[in-house]
Amino acid sequence: MVDRAWVASRKGLIELRRRAGAWAVQRTSFVGDPVSMLLPPDASGRMFAALNLGHFGVKLHASDDAGTSWREVTAPAFGPQPEGAPGSAWKVVMVWALERRGDALYAGTLPGALFKSTDAAQTWRLDDVLWNQPGRPTWGGGGYDTPGIHSISPLGDDTVLLGVSSAGAWITHDAGATWNQTAHGMRAEYMPPEQAYDPDAQDPHAIARCAAQPDVLWCQHHNGIFRSTNGGARWDELHAPLSSFGFAVAAHPADPQTAWFVPAVKDQCRIPVDCALVVNRTRDGGASFETLRAGLPQQDCYDLVYRHGLAVADDGLSLMMGSTTGGVWASDDAGDHWTALPARLPPVYALRFG
Amino acid sequence: MPHIAFTSQLQRFTETPELRTAAATLRDALDAAFEANPRLRHYVLDEQGHLRQHVVVYISGRRVADREALTDALAPDDKVYVLQALTGG
Repeated sequence: MVDRAWVASRKGLIELRRRAGAWAVQRTSFVGDPVSMLLPPDASGRMFAALNLGHFGVKLHASDDAGTSWREVTAPAFGPQPEGAPGSAWKVVMVWALERRGDALYAGTLPGALFKSTDAAQTWRLDDVLWNQPGRPTWGGGGYDTPGIHSISPLGDDTVLLGVSSAGAWITHDAGATWNQTAHGMRAEYMPPEQAYDPDAQDPHAIARCAAQPDVLWCQHHNGIFRSTNGGARWDELHAPLSSFGFAVAAHPADPQTAWFVPAVKDQCRIPVDCALVVNRTRDGGASFETLRAGLPQQDCYDLVYRHGLAVADDGLSLMMGSTTGGVWASDDAGDHWTALPARLPPVYALRFG
Repeated sequence: MPHIAFTSQLQRFTETPELRTAAATLRDALDAAFEANPRLRHYVLDEQGHLRQHVVVYISGRRVADREALTDALAPDDKVYVLQALTGG
């Protein structure tokens, strides 16, 4: 059973360990500094942490010994901005997503750009084709002033799917030579009615893929939950109990019918329904959901689990979630029962096993 | 010659040279400091060469005017302080 997890928080990177069945804080790094995203150690122990220093900008650090020691490496950055270039300033505001596939590293940023490194973050290359999409200057922000890429799902050597707030989902099947919108079927109730199904207007809060059946994708969207069974070509809306608003989604790594969500009231009231924290789980592809409460606070709770704050381990049983008010809960039975971490953490930006 | 110094907060991340330079503009003075420590550049300036949003520079008591091209002129007895702005949290 997995015994290590990582929390990227408003005030540092926190390593959690499970010993004798109980999770506890093992080590902290970058204490006091915002860590916007992390990439857990690979088999060699190499991991990455993206910092968002309030005054001094975006920084990227690497560790070759699973977080024991760190060194600064090159952070993704734009080249010179051409005179009169439309849209967001060519300045990386935050690293919002970090993923790897083989030797390739991917970074999704605010503003909405994708960067790739094939030399362990010594250098980064901006995906020019995506950045130069004609409609990109009109992409909207979602929760931030500029659009951003928060979900990156590489598949094979050539396919990468992205979730963009707020510009739908984008996919390449030819390693970035071409990109296409792939949010068809998503519905935006915050838009004028005639634009509700405009793929470019969609605000997926997070997109997660089933590792064993990668054509199955789950999306927690600004106003709903959607699932695709054909790699994102078409999305179907699902309806969860209590609320379909939320940020986080976790896809079961082996079972394409199972996923977890953490609902909140609505966009205008981002707290748990009735101030009771729950997890919605489906095990039948979204036809029905169970609302899981055991071990979670059921009164006076204002914890919101942000888009990267819910994780499932490779075993499909270990779950963990962290909130914007620093609560962390873990489950080792697929969400049936939860146990609170005995610590008060900073606001949690991302939580990952590994 | 103008004198340039950096907030001690930066020393958590990288070395901050304190030096006198014959620079005639803020840009030249910063470049002199970055020559002493190249890593310092990306803590003070963004990738477009502008002052980072939450970095503030004072030149002998006046707040820098040109945050992008950094053309503020320096007099021989000017003191330049590169600080963190309170807007940054």
